Amino acid sequence: MTLDDGLDQPLRVINVGLELFAEQVEGQAATVLHVDWRPPAGGADIASLLAQLEDEA
Amino acid sequence: MALAGRLRGEPGVREAAVLMGTPANQAILAAAGLAAPETADARPGDLIIAVQAESEAAAEAALHAAGAMLEERSRAASVLRRPRTLEAALGDRPDANLAMISVPGDYAALEARTALRRGLHVFLFSDNVPLHEEVELKRLAAAQRLLCMGPDCGTAYLGGVGLGFANVVPRGRVGCVAASGTGLQAVVTRLAALGEGVSHGIGVGGRDLTAEVGGTMTRLALGALARDARTEAIVVISKPPSAGVLPALEATIGSAGKPIVVCCLGASARPGAPGTWVSTLDDAADAVVALLHKRPWAPRAFSDPGSVQARVAALRPVRGTVLGLYTGGTLAHEARLILEPLLGDGPRILDLGADEFTVGRPHPMLDPDARAVRVSEAARDGDVGVLLLDLVLGRGAHPDPAAALAGAVRDARQTAQRGGRSLLAVASVVGTEADPQRLSGQVDQLRAAGVEILPSNAEAARFAALAVRPDLASSLLRAR
Repeated sequence: MTLDDGLDQPLRVINVGLELFAEQVEGQAATVLHVDWRPPAGGADIASLLAQLEDEA
Repeated sequence: MALAGRLRGEPGVREAAVLMGTPANQAILAAAGLAAPETADARPGDLIIAVQAESEAAAEAALHAAGAMLEERSRAASVLRRPRTLEAALGDRPDANLAMISVPGDYAALEARTALRRGLHVFLFSDNVPLHEEVELKRLAAAQRLLCMGPDCGTAYLGGVGLGFANVVPRGRVGCVAASGTGLQAVVTRLAALGEGVSHGIGVGGRDLTAEVGGTMTRLALGALARDARTEAIVVISKPPSAGVLPALEATIGSAGKPIVVCCLGASARPGAPGTWVSTLDDAADAVVALLHKRPWAPRAFSDPGSVQARVAALRPVRGTVLGLYTGGTLAHEARLILEPLLGDGPRILDLGADEFTVGRPHPMLDPDARAVRVSEAARDGDVGVLLLDLVLGRGAHPDPAAALAGAVRDARQTAQRGGRSLLAVASVVGTEADPQRLSGQVDQLRAAGVEILPSNAEAARFAALAVRPDLASSLLRAR
């Protein structure tokens, strides 16, 4: 959904981080999938480089 | 698949199979006598549900039941199954349209970029995202006509759903664009008190109107609210925009075709600038309500000057200055802007949520004890005559923040009294009756501890100034 579809679309949320936020959204008119996120091995820099490689592939 | 077993238990069903449409599975289906022209069209990514039944009607009913079972599984999966990455989550929920990201700042941009590239709007709560990353993320978002709300976005409302630290407010016809989470909370709760509701509240992060970021999201959000049928008027909440960003912002405001109230704390309108410019958060809410009702509006120092006059007259004389102990950064900033012209550089206003106070400990909205310690210290500080406080309620905030604050204020006032001084506490509460903490219950606890409660942060700051300098009454208690 982009802004061209308007703002009033039902929210389907993916939550990455604080689980508290997923619980809050769940109690409202929205669906939510919580990601059990862990810092990527090797840290942010390595993860960023890997993501770049994937982009270029 | 266990689903096939459940389908075999449906009335009239002789055989059932539920499997992905891979070539191997197609062969199994044919061997079982369950292949049909429709199943041959299935591709490896499709799910085939094949049912052999006593009658057409029984087969139809079983297929219908299978749909319901799949729905149920997908709902249960949302609670039980935990994907480990955003990519994996998108595999499970390819129709997701918003990513909420609150991982540490080092990783936040990476996750946000992934979400934007996959066509999701982003609510980016994380702070400590480098400025150049913010610029790039917002460019990426704008190019795809997606929202990148943040980094450092504390609160938003989208389609009636509150995200982050959000008060429970009714839906309505006022759209907001906010570079400040607590600023947005202050405006929407005031709107609720005035009987109005929020269509959408789009957060943009505190740096959006800086020269570097260029107001990309503020302008995009304004455009979206201008086109939104539910939104009849708009409020913009921010710190002063950078000079270079102002012309484009004014152009967007001018072309929105809806009434717009602009509250850029610390900035006033340039001559001829479009929109109704106001200087405080409560004025922003009051002005937009007046515009909606086509009523004239002018700023006032106090909504009920008569009652304020009586309350100030009943105060014990105050010696010392104002110490502001804030949990909301924007509220602290607003208090500084109000107090400086009234009291000069005497008052000290601390934003206890600022990085310097939160190293290694939770934000004071989550952990009220951090402020309680400061209140106790103030009781022994002879220079402090008035404590100026905020209390921010809503989803995500502490379940009972008034309890710790009321206890600390009660003790502090007693300590001061034993030292032959009087210590006044003045506060405003950002919240609604529908909030988990319930506004009136929180206000009652503070009042019982002797705290003077004002209906807004701006009024609380002016009340504090009056307590220190009663001679200001002649100017403050007249219309501004």
